[in-house]
Amino acid sequence: MSDWIKKIYIGLVYTLLYFPIFVLMLYSFNQAQFSLQWHGFSTHWYHELFQDADLWLAFTHSLFLGTCASFIASFAGLVICIHLFLHSHRPNRTLQSTLLMLIILPDLVLGIALLIFFNLTSIPLGFFSLLIAHITFCLPFAIVAINSRIHNLDINLYYSALDLGATRSRAITHVLLPLLWPAVMSAFLLGFTLSFDDVIISYFVAGPGYNILPLTIYSLVRKGVTPELNALCSITFFLSMLLVVAAHRLSRKTSS
Amino acid sequence: MKTKNLTLYAIYTWLFLFGFIPLCLVFVASFLSRDATHLMTLPFTLAHYKALFSPLLGHVMLRSLMMALITTLACLVIAYPFSYFMARSQHKSLLLLFIIIPFWTSSLVRTYALVAILKFNGILNTLLINMHLITTPLPLLYSNFAVLSGLTYTLFPFMVLPLFSNMEHFDFKLFEAAEDLGANRLTLFFRVFLPNTKRGIVSGSLLVFLPAMTLFYIPNVLGGARSILIGNLIQNQFLVEENWPAGAATSIFLTVLLLLLLLMYRKPRGVKS
Repeated sequence: MSDWIKKIYIGLVYTLLYFPIFVLMLYSFNQAQFSLQWHGFSTHWYHELFQDADLWLAFTHSLFLGTCASFIASFAGLVICIHLFLHSHRPNRTLQSTLLMLIILPDLVLGIALLIFFNLTSIPLGFFSLLIAHITFCLPFAIVAINSRIHNLDINLYYSALDLGATRSRAITHVLLPLLWPAVMSAFLLGFTLSFDDVIISYFVAGPGYNILPLTIYSLVRKGVTPELNALCSITFFLSMLLVVAAHRLSRKTSS
Repeated sequence: MKTKNLTLYAIYTWLFLFGFIPLCLVFVASFLSRDATHLMTLPFTLAHYKALFSPLLGHVMLRSLMMALITTLACLVIAYPFSYFMARSQHKSLLLLFIIIPFWTSSLVRTYALVAILKFNGILNTLLINMHLITTPLPLLYSNFAVLSGLTYTLFPFMVLPLFSNMEHFDFKLFEAAEDLGANRLTLFFRVFLPNTKRGIVSGSLLVFLPAMTLFYIPNVLGGARSILIGNLIQNQFLVEENWPAGAATSIFLTVLLLLLLLMYRKPRGVKS
């Protein structure tokens, strides 16, 4: 009896959570332009989408930005985590509180803070302002993701490598890195998803010369529901979902 | 070793330059005066903070807090039993994955997905008419109801994840122990389970409450002209009115609110065991 209630409740919540997305994907294949009626299966809107040059440009911009920002952030995160793991015996309070602050600070506040900063330092709004902003908000997540895994490692692995005659850098690249690799990849994928989907911060620090996908979606969303937008959002959701599932698998790999 | 130290310092500098300094700038900017050509100018003033408590903005603040509070409660009420079932389930990791997916994917896309459901001739209205519960479609979209459902829908995973990780570590054998000692189900819940999951409730509530006030695109997409939140206010002050100092002051107010809530979280009042 209570088992049934439990199953129904869980099912209901997941239905509510995924039903809107399901509807979105379904209607992106609908032939009709405005109607909610089902007019037959068609990939028309996807064809239309792929012919939109501006959209493609925004998509490649987002792809490039996300890759750069997340790559730099996860590399930096890796360096910091290894350093703290090997050399610091007590937690670094300043670093910890700065990172915590950056994580819990509303995106909006970071967005306007960077806008004021770029304005005062006369850094033009465009690719570099976006890159700086995206690295800054990906970095704390990368550090937290890698750090939570590095503490599961046995530090003696590193010292045994040193005892066996490895140099420090060799011990890091040949012993620690292979063990941390999945965590770093997972941090990279999540950072990429964050960057690829970010609206709030990018909204403030993007310039007219460098359009990115989430902002394009945002300006379209405000105009109302169209089948093309359904198709675009379905693709974005699907892509992010794949990355998240991959990241989840990778991070589980290191923990076991 | 040297290059590594260099990288390390570069990262610290980065965090200082692009994290710490901009935040200080917001603080300074909030005391400056508005200027039409340079956006901000010198004479320091407290006017923007005073304006926050004026009837005009105070109203927005209060409504924003109310909306965030209702969202938090709605998330908590739905997520609490859900997390409990999840923690006791045999398919934990699969269930978890399906909560993590919406946690990381674009909330803008998911907000947009709600529009088709809530529209005037949308799915929910069609369903209600077909079930003969209503005769004319309800104006669901562009209302406070739509904003609240959008916020709850978007922020739900932020409540489930801390609750789940808290309940996952709960030792369910305590239930048996309490039952053996003669506790009934109510006592079991209020004296054993609830106190042990308090941390999860508090951190989940914080994770929902704070973004609920700042996700400006949700009211913009789902809400009407009157459903403005603090986030929309800041966005307007910056990009529409071009009154940067006022926007900075609102942001500082938000940040202080956040810090106060966090302090309350760090130091739980009283020691009850």
